[in-house]
Amino acid sequence: MSPAGVRNRLDVGIKQKSFSAASGGKLQVLGELAFSLGAGEVAALVGPSGCGKTTLLRIIAGLDRDYEGSVHLPAHGTLGMVFQEPRLLPWRTVEQNVRLAAPAVTDATLAALFDTLGLAAHRDHYPGELSLGLARRVALARAFAVEPDLLLLDEPFVSLDDALAARLRAELAELVNSRPVTTLLVTHDVDEAIELADRLLLLSVSPARVLGEVPIVRPRAPRTPAENAAVRDEIAKKINQAYL
Amino acid sequence: MVARLVSLTLLIAAWYAGSQLAGARLLPDPQTVAVAIVDEARSGALAFNLAATLARVVVAFTIAMAVGSVIGLVMGRSRLADRLGDPWLIVLLNLPALVIIVLAYVWAGLTETAAIAAVALNKLPIATVTVREGARSLDRALDDMAQVFRMGTWTRMRHVILPQLAPYLAAAARSGLSLVWKIVLIVELLGRPNGVGFEIGVAFQLFDVTRILAYALAFIAVMLAIETFLVQPLERHVARWRPKPA
Repeated sequence: MSPAGVRNRLDVGIKQKSFSAASGGKLQVLGELAFSLGAGEVAALVGPSGCGKTTLLRIIAGLDRDYEGSVHLPAHGTLGMVFQEPRLLPWRTVEQNVRLAAPAVTDATLAALFDTLGLAAHRDHYPGELSLGLARRVALARAFAVEPDLLLLDEPFVSLDDALAARLRAELAELVNSRPVTTLLVTHDVDEAIELADRLLLLSVSPARVLGEVPIVRPRAPRTPAENAAVRDEIAKKINQAYL
Repeated sequence: MVARLVSLTLLIAAWYAGSQLAGARLLPDPQTVAVAIVDEARSGALAFNLAATLARVVVAFTIAMAVGSVIGLVMGRSRLADRLGDPWLIVLLNLPALVIIVLAYVWAGLTETAAIAAVALNKLPIATVTVREGARSLDRALDDMAQVFRMGTWTRMRHVILPQLAPYLAAAARSGLSLVWKIVLIVELLGRPNGVGFEIGVAFQLFDVTRILAYALAFIAVMLAIETFLVQPLERHVARWRPKPA
């Protein structure tokens, strides 16, 4: 439906990004870092903790403009984002939190989202009354409710227990399958990336750059542990090649 | 509730005992003051003067809170504004209330505008300092969230910033209300032809302690009513999302 000439790709071409260190001097966090995402593609940025993944996401989200290079958002640039913490407004109910971020959302869309994420019974609760798992679901609902052109997920399941994280991953996979959206997932968890993404982008340690790419066959489909292990082996091989 | 009643009874008893010791001229007993309040109420003077004072309190308080909060918010959010505004703020904070009032009357005449401006100027820097503290502690994470989701200026103000400032605004309003009505009385004493402060000034010249106490108590009652029926319910409403202490 986008008018002619509207780009539907995410193009990231960062030359470098530095922070001024407290002791004076510059600390380079991102090096030459370029990649593109086609419409509806789900890519996972995988890299060690502290390599600059969150900084990269903040740049793409427009929260940090102090860098060299360029970022082109797809289509109209409507963003949905899930931060590492839920970042809900504690003084507004679950439903208000979603509606304030997505004023155009229809009742039907909202009801469907809340149903998928198991939030139907919690619409009128305040965030302080929710568990962390539920609060993250609200953050997911909020990001999908804006019907984003680009969905940014910053380690959305960090500090949840394994079982809960697995369940939320499955719910997210279902959401992404049922309403395709260009998605960039940042994670240090390779399994999470394999389960959700079409493509893995491997990042180096700081200053981060793209080491290599691994396409994922049959993304977001259930896999046996053996198949998972095979994909992991391939990724390990790629990482070794990239470092050599 | 019982404790409060006991405490209040003790206060009245102490007052009564004090009046017996000091004599009715220096400290009239509670009954005499009560009768004086009723007399003033019957003549209509009490209502008229209370209304005049209350109107000044409301107008001066509203102006000081509105202007002071906006300046505080801007100073808390912008380092440049903070540096520019801080010396002014320190001057205003340390200028005695009496100096502001006298200067306002000298420069603008004994007018209603001068009176209200003087009161507002006394309260304004305190509101500014309190709200600035609140603005400095605003959550950057929520700011980022609001920016990513492209929330409009009004939505951000109403749903992201104001709720975070609410405790600071409440503190500024609380301390402000009690300060403002005390200063309004001085302003009335020095340059207004009506109001509780004016009546107390007249009573002072006549050495009429009964009337002084009658007006003071009547006005305290009005402020207590405002606190109970306006400020506290508002605070409860604003804090409704906070988990209740067990």
